[in-house]
Amino acid sequence: MSESIIEVQDLKKNYGAVEALRGVSFDVQQGEVFGLLGPNGAGKTTAVEILEGLRQPDTGRVSVCGMDPIGGGQSYKQLIGGALQSTALPEKMKVGEALDLFAGFYNRRRTTNDLLKRFGLAEKRGAFYSQLSGGQKQRLALAMALVNEPRVIFFDEPTAGLDPQVRREIYDIIEELKTEKKTILITTHYIEEAERLCDRVAIMDGGRIIKSGTPRELKQASAGTTRIEVRVARPETVETLKRLEGVADAREFDGYYVVHSKAVPTTIVALVKHLESTGNELAGLEIATPSLEDVFIELTGRRLRD
Amino acid sequence: MKNAIALTINRMRLMLRNRLFLFFSLVMPMVFLFLFLGLFARGNAFVLPVMLAQVIAITVMGNYWGLSVQLVMWREQGILRRYRLAPVRASDLLISSIFANYVLTLPTIIIEFVLARLVFHVLTFGNLWTVFLLTLLGTVCFASMGLIIASVTNTMQETQLINQLIWFVLLFLSGATLPIFILGKRIAEIAYYLPATYLVVGLQRAMLHGAGAIDLIPVILSLIGTGLIAFILSSQLFRWDPDDKAPRKAKLWVLATIVPFFILGYWESHHANLTTESQSFFHAMEQQRQQPPPPAQAPPSQPPR
Repeated sequence: MSESIIEVQDLKKNYGAVEALRGVSFDVQQGEVFGLLGPNGAGKTTAVEILEGLRQPDTGRVSVCGMDPIGGGQSYKQLIGGALQSTALPEKMKVGEALDLFAGFYNRRRTTNDLLKRFGLAEKRGAFYSQLSGGQKQRLALAMALVNEPRVIFFDEPTAGLDPQVRREIYDIIEELKTEKKTILITTHYIEEAERLCDRVAIMDGGRIIKSGTPRELKQASAGTTRIEVRVARPETVETLKRLEGVADAREFDGYYVVHSKAVPTTIVALVKHLESTGNELAGLEIATPSLEDVFIELTGRRLRD
Repeated sequence: MKNAIALTINRMRLMLRNRLFLFFSLVMPMVFLFLFLGLFARGNAFVLPVMLAQVIAITVMGNYWGLSVQLVMWREQGILRRYRLAPVRASDLLISSIFANYVLTLPTIIIEFVLARLVFHVLTFGNLWTVFLLTLLGTVCFASMGLIIASVTNTMQETQLINQLIWFVLLFLSGATLPIFILGKRIAEIAYYLPATYLVVGLQRAMLHGAGAIDLIPVILSLIGTGLIAFILSSQLFRWDPDDKAPRKAKLWVLATIVPFFILGYWESHHANLTTESQSFFHAMEQQRQQPPPPAQAPPSQPPR
């Protein structure tokens, strides 16, 4: 078992009357990609900003690379790298200049040429920040997070607001970092991102971690059920669906129902029989293994993007 | 210091790419130069250095405006947060702002001197060492005041409003545009407590009478004092994050920066030196206007101190 490089114990943070973090604890091992998954307002950004030394917690203990992020001051910042939820640079700063400038702040540094090449920005070296597309700006933000060969990297919502194509490009970059055994903490509200990139995930909601483990463990723990998405011609009640044979849980969403079943064939037969007996029609049916979204729904009763 | 130097170089690049900066730091001072030396001085050898001193003072004072606006804009846009994630201190950012402004103000001042000589035939600039010392200290003082405005205001709107109010006072009540004595006794009293007044007076004394640093010690010490207090306070009150709001009482700290000038102003108001000096300048100017232009090298009449 490798050592913990990030240790967080009972972290609490309030903004006035708003409890952003209500006793968060987790640890991240050396070389691990750890994800904080949750909807907006879950407390993910507050947690990561405390770890980056940008915010002071009210109570709790935080240790990254054996240092206190606030007390560690400039020495601590030499060890970490990060991309904020929304990185902004002066409009007239050139891409190459930004990397040169930020690399100059650190004792350990990577060459600008290497980073430009790796993040596909070589042709944009002389371009102003204002001339970059959203995806290019985000790639620059990730490149800037690596200028100092950091021991721990923080990516706060690295693909938020990007189109699927650009998002996949960012995934490729992070997967490459993963193969290099970099320790990375990612916050995200995208299921796909957490499932694809993270070795372990902590699901957050309302300032608390409600479940954590590997994506596989979390999905297996989802009551061992299979997800059936049902569309019907006329509305059904959730209670009726819950009473069907083999059903562990049922929830209603916009125009469809999600039924979690422990015995898929039995449930489908029971569903069809029920619809026939009530004169209703089956408009669509989709079977899938549970995703982290289902785990989240099961735990909170809400969808991640509600 | 390594970070401050890197940031200074970067800031200078960014400023030179900013058309608004070029307009306000290069074009506007030239408009003042041609207006004051061309229209008001009308080739009078005594009046020209007085007016040139006022133009240079306005150029130096302008440093305070741009810095506060840029710092607040960077905070609002989240640019400062990215710097905070790196091993950069607030003082690195603040020092680099002042350095970059001074280095880019210097060419404007040199151009003003060159144009004053070539276009308006100003023959003597008085004590140039003192002039450059005052422009350096003036830039540090006014830039630091800009930084503290940025530190105690929360939004761009608030910053602009406070800037305009202060700029109006600095421009019209300091003797930079209107002679102090014509403001009337009550309003002239305000001038005694303004750093800009002493910058104008210091530059006029250096350019007209060749005053050295020793002759201007109270002015120099006040500029240094205000610059230092403003810099230290703005470092302490510096906010990286747009969400961190400055408490209302922080705005009162701005008043602390003018303590040196309050002391100097108190002393001056009890001796009424500035009003007398301003009046003497004006009368001498009027007399000079009514007489044929004096010989080029003739020393100007010494107003009472």
